[in-house]
Amino acid sequence: MTDRASPAAAYEGGPDNFAFSEATRKLAEKQIAKYPEGKQASAVKGLLDLAMRQMEDETGSRWLPRAAMDHVAGILGMAPIRVYEVASFYTMFKTRPVGRHHLQVCTTTPCWLRGSDAVLAACRRAAGNVPDGTVSEDGEFSVEEVECLGACVNAPVLWVGDYFYEDLDGQATERILEALKRGEHPAPGSAKGRQTSAPEGGPTTLKEVPPHQPYRPDPPAPEPAAPQADAGE
Amino acid sequence: MLHDRDRIFTNLYGQHAWRLEGARARGDWDGTGALIAKGRDWIVEEVKQSGLRGRGGAGFPTGLKWSFMPKASPDGRPSYLVVNADESEPGTCKDRDILRHDPHKLIEGCLLAGVGMGAHAGYIYIRGEFHAEYKNLQAAIDEAYEAGLLGRNACGSGFDFDLYVSRGAGAYICGEETALIESLEGKKGMPRLKPPFPAAVGLYGCPTTVNNVESIAVVPTILRRGHAWFAGLGRPKNAGTKVFCISGHVNKPCNVEEELGIPLKELIERYAGGVRGGWDNLLAVIPGGSSVPLLPKSICDTVLMDFDSLREVRSGLGTAAVIVMDKSTDVIAAIARLSRFYKVESCGQCTPCREGTGWMWRVMERMVQGRAEPEEIDVLEQVTRQVEGHTICALGDAAAWPIQGLIRHFRPLMEERIAAYKAGRARPMPLAAE
Repeated sequence: MTDRASPAAAYEGGPDNFAFSEATRKLAEKQIAKYPEGKQASAVKGLLDLAMRQMEDETGSRWLPRAAMDHVAGILGMAPIRVYEVASFYTMFKTRPVGRHHLQVCTTTPCWLRGSDAVLAACRRAAGNVPDGTVSEDGEFSVEEVECLGACVNAPVLWVGDYFYEDLDGQATERILEALKRGEHPAPGSAKGRQTSAPEGGPTTLKEVPPHQPYRPDPPAPEPAAPQADAGE
Repeated sequence: MLHDRDRIFTNLYGQHAWRLEGARARGDWDGTGALIAKGRDWIVEEVKQSGLRGRGGAGFPTGLKWSFMPKASPDGRPSYLVVNADESEPGTCKDRDILRHDPHKLIEGCLLAGVGMGAHAGYIYIRGEFHAEYKNLQAAIDEAYEAGLLGRNACGSGFDFDLYVSRGAGAYICGEETALIESLEGKKGMPRLKPPFPAAVGLYGCPTTVNNVESIAVVPTILRRGHAWFAGLGRPKNAGTKVFCISGHVNKPCNVEEELGIPLKELIERYAGGVRGGWDNLLAVIPGGSSVPLLPKSICDTVLMDFDSLREVRSGLGTAAVIVMDKSTDVIAAIARLSRFYKVESCGQCTPCREGTGWMWRVMERMVQGRAEPEEIDVLEQVTRQVEGHTICALGDAAAWPIQGLIRHFRPLMEERIAAYKAGRARPMPLAAE
């Protein structure tokens, strides 16, 4: 269980009212339509995510106020407590305001082995060393240590917004944070210029893949004496 | 050594276009209608004969799992395919590459698996952090619908199949199949007691099979090339190819597809540029994601990377995520960090796990400093046995095993650390106090 305040004792600084915009409502309908009739509660995570994105558009901070949880509960016909449970269970739902750029640093062992301490330190410095989970004075940054992000061969990894920054060290992290602060959109992916998960210097495999041979299904009713040449390869 | 001609994931690194046109050029969606026409039983039998074992960690035979699904629905309940794309096992990042670079292999696999288990709808549950991967996957599904490959009369086969993507929101536990189902239903991701198993009572109370991304994505190639081809790769009972993720202290961390049964040393040296500072600088390897016990160098010298070989050395293939640690590593701290991972990710449902993961983490933190009594190593080991096997799901086991592995192979180091701490400060610590 994560050490997070329960949203029932929610952060009080949020808006009193929240409603989906017309654009968000359309996206929400698409989410709900994925699930069978009567099972619309399945869309709760999708709708909470949409609520956070709308908050980001409106306030610059991608977080989930209590009023938004209540709004989602109303749309899906769920008891509000069921939505609060979900909001407090999953780590991507931030029940307190975050910075314009919420810096989520993976420090689990594969990232730690590759130097996530330096990435975390750079993020904390950029946020003016405010305690993790709180917002820097200029509102730009908040920092959070997170668990494995699933990009371990590109460790260490920093996750900002919807993007992973990979193969980092302290300096590369600083460059990315400065660019974010300037309002730029630094390119996600490897800071070393690697091609995704291929080894540095380029792939050692997949260099001699033969062209695909069209699939020929076996004859529908194999003759007893049919040759075996076509079976398998 | 695996030849490129036998590699399934030919766009592993995203060198080529991932969209439908590019995927078709690489052979995806070729003759899918003809494969479906061969029928449900043929598909399940082919997958059984291929020897494919689940790629998500447990290694259960995939075809056998599919055969547990009901043949007909007497009470009108539909059957569901659910794909586990909640990849979060530390060290593991293979499904990410399939989702973003080869989504059509997965989508075609979903359709064929749907036929094999009699499911007309499938959900792919992708971890929320994978946003770019979700975008690619959703775009690929949209393309497949437009091309008539999904939906009504998919691929002109007469079989209807709908496929949806559902995003997670940050919870490792949702990689456990019943927690994933709970999460899909819009609840907290807390595992269910089994039985009933999902094949009887799964998503929305309907028969459901949950498969890993990689298990599903290899199916179209197996069906096209024949079970004998796949079974001929790897080792007996450990058939086929596998995407390995090599991270940590290697010169060139990477993902690579190889045959099961490749020697660990060869895997690291051939593909990952070797251990930093050379093979003799190796301290230990976690061979299958954070949940499996680590192996000291002496075992790494010779061990083969497959389910049964790794089980023989009391570890496991898990997700085939190889985490390498060289001699500069504080291995106690490395395992303590994993203990923290399990403490954070425990869903809190079962007392041994909820309380045990926190307790084990706190004691591990003291072990890192050496601020403990030597007897506490035994106490810690006993507590791991109290957690292991006493919880609804395997997260408790997964939290226990890395510590057991550490004690099994690095006990002298732990004792040394304690002695060094005592030499600096002689006052004994209260036993197992927190």
